[in-house]
Amino acid sequence: MMILTDDQRMLQDTVRPFMADEGAIKTQLRHWRDTNCKDGFGHGLWKQFAELGLTGILVPEAQGGAGLGMIEAGVVLEEIGRNLTPSPFLTTAVAAVRALEGSAQAERWFPGIVAGETVAALAIDEGRNHDPARIECRAERSGNGFTLSGQKQFVVHGGSADVLLIAARTAGSAGEREGVTLFAIGKDASGLTLDSAGLADSSKAARITLDRVAVDADAVVGDVDGGWAPLSRALNAGRAGAASELVGVAAGAAEMTFDYLKQRKQFGRLIGEFQALQHRAAHLYGEIEIARAAALKAAQLLDAGDYRAELMTSVAKAKAARVGALAVQEGVQMHGGIGMTDEHDIGLYMKREAVLSELFGGPRFHAGEVARLSGY
Amino acid sequence: MTEPLDNFRSETRDWLEANCPPEMRTPMRSEKDACWGGRHFEFQSPAQKQWLEVMGARGWTVPDWPSDYGGGGLSAPEAKILREEMARIGARSPLTSFGISMLGPALLKYGTEEQKKRYLPQIARGEIRWCQGYSEPGAGSDLAGLQTRAEDRGDHYLVNGQKVWTSYADQADWIFCLVRTSSESKHGGISFLLFDMESPGVTTKPILLISGYSPFCETFFDDVKVPKDQLVGEENKGWDVAKYLLGHEREMISGMGLGGGKATLGDSVGPIDDPLLRAELAAFDVDALAFQAMSEKFIDELKAGQAHPAMPSMMKYAGTELNKRRHELIMAAGGSDALEWDSERSKGGKQARDWLRTKANSIEGGTSEIQLGIVAKHILRLPGA
Repeated sequence: MMILTDDQRMLQDTVRPFMADEGAIKTQLRHWRDTNCKDGFGHGLWKQFAELGLTGILVPEAQGGAGLGMIEAGVVLEEIGRNLTPSPFLTTAVAAVRALEGSAQAERWFPGIVAGETVAALAIDEGRNHDPARIECRAERSGNGFTLSGQKQFVVHGGSADVLLIAARTAGSAGEREGVTLFAIGKDASGLTLDSAGLADSSKAARITLDRVAVDADAVVGDVDGGWAPLSRALNAGRAGAASELVGVAAGAAEMTFDYLKQRKQFGRLIGEFQALQHRAAHLYGEIEIARAAALKAAQLLDAGDYRAELMTSVAKAKAARVGALAVQEGVQMHGGIGMTDEHDIGLYMKREAVLSELFGGPRFHAGEVARLSGY
Repeated sequence: MTEPLDNFRSETRDWLEANCPPEMRTPMRSEKDACWGGRHFEFQSPAQKQWLEVMGARGWTVPDWPSDYGGGGLSAPEAKILREEMARIGARSPLTSFGISMLGPALLKYGTEEQKKRYLPQIARGEIRWCQGYSEPGAGSDLAGLQTRAEDRGDHYLVNGQKVWTSYADQADWIFCLVRTSSESKHGGISFLLFDMESPGVTTKPILLISGYSPFCETFFDDVKVPKDQLVGEENKGWDVAKYLLGHEREMISGMGLGGGKATLGDSVGPIDDPLLRAELAAFDVDALAFQAMSEKFIDELKAGQAHPAMPSMMKYAGTELNKRRHELIMAAGGSDALEWDSERSKGGKQARDWLRTKANSIEGGTSEIQLGIVAKHILRLPGA
């Protein structure tokens, strides 16, 4: 059934007020932005996430987590999106946990993640557009381990991460899925340099240069040459999670905009009385509902291990990005001049949407995936 | 999930395997393949007739209606399993019927016990084909402006006036019809009547559309006598019934967004040489699969009583706009082949005619603009909407 269970609703009832209060734009996003925080998020809030059991939401109960699935993670992410709450939840608690699960590395990193003390980041992209099969970063065998060389970019929270999950090629050539290996590497590894920059939404992402970084064989997550398995687990979770967060961003921007239509007067009337705006608002409402259903379906199929999960995840990511873009563009336009000011929050939604849309592949990449997976 | 449901699924699977004829497990090629039932229906094959009879006898043409009224008496999760199991083997719907998708739900809510017992089982078994008397020449989007009059003549009403866009009126047995019983109030002077299309004074005239099809009619009433026990709900309170029924009509029409059971398009239009066409098809398939998820969620919410009453408007708008886009893309992919109108090669211009037919989707059952207005008013609560 495409209806949240009672337990999932209870989680929503807990997280919604928590995020609206503790994760609010003023106290989190604006605060860390305006104080030039190097992380772009607050470790105190990350600790609070841990106290609520959110950091370990996907971690199995036997390893101290809540043992829940992507539907529950999606419930949390929609509220994060709605409040633009900066946190490493998506990269660490969702994508990295899915990458590490079942591997020897899980034992090492899960306790810190569950405790809200560890941040993990994914280093996948090498060019300005997401295309994970084209990984060129090399990992050569040397002695008992590997030596990594190459460069990565758009490593979200890379500068704050205790552990970096780096996808490198141990065999094959760019464009092939075989021959990719995933490594979990500590931030202090010798030869690893990290250049962290603020993005448009005030989050931080790093460019990483790997210059003959030597690691032991036990840094490998999963199998050598078989890194596509943990990588695609991480990407599917990251993409479905980003879709849920985008739905939250779209819903937050839309709610703010619909409220504005009921307050702002021009020509002696509330602007929400104008049919030109009513129909656009109604269209936007419907699109957000559809994007939410797509994100829920993707989460459900991922949790069920269904063969259609990868297709639906791309559908959800592409749809949520398109709808997110519509919501923030209509949001700024319908707010008029005030929407262009830094003082008003609506513009912050536009910036967050742009980053989330690109993360783990933009809508064109994922429409291409839908075509590829459908055989055309 | 739970054991009783697992049992229901396996029993349903076995029953369908034994009872659904192989010919009824192929996709419908057009509206003409649908089984509409009724007094004068000509079955296309013995299999089509048999499929209707076995499903009708089990009440599975209307799985979630109460069994007292000819339904299957299934719970919402059971009805969903039946839908899933039918979809799994590609089983056609045994009966396409405005009685099922529109009138039935309205009778279940507003009908008297006697009316439910009289009309619902006939609908379930496909014995009576219904049509809808709503729009009039002067009352389209402004439906409540309708002028067809029903005068109180003691034991019956005398109906005079004209309807338009009456789908399949020329093939229907009975009509559910909005009439004016009072001119003192616009919305408060409308009543909801049921009557036999063979009643003296009823005539129909098909309207030729741009597609070359004539699914709609003009319908004329000239001193038609309608017994008073065929009034649904109270006199002058028909607008409530009418609106409730429209929600169900819109729910039905929104299903057009599903592409007849196959949501995606890019994998069925033949070779795609043009990268720009491929990109458009991929963007469409994203929207189509997302809409399919929405449709599943919407039906689950409806059956659980959790859907906002205005959600059918949102779904009708989204589904019909998507279907129009689907057929624009089929035409684009088909190029000049798709423009042939009368050749055998083109099956009598099927692609072009179907494409033109879809243009009515966003008009029939209330235009897209009407649906957006309803969402703006009832869900977003925008001022003055």
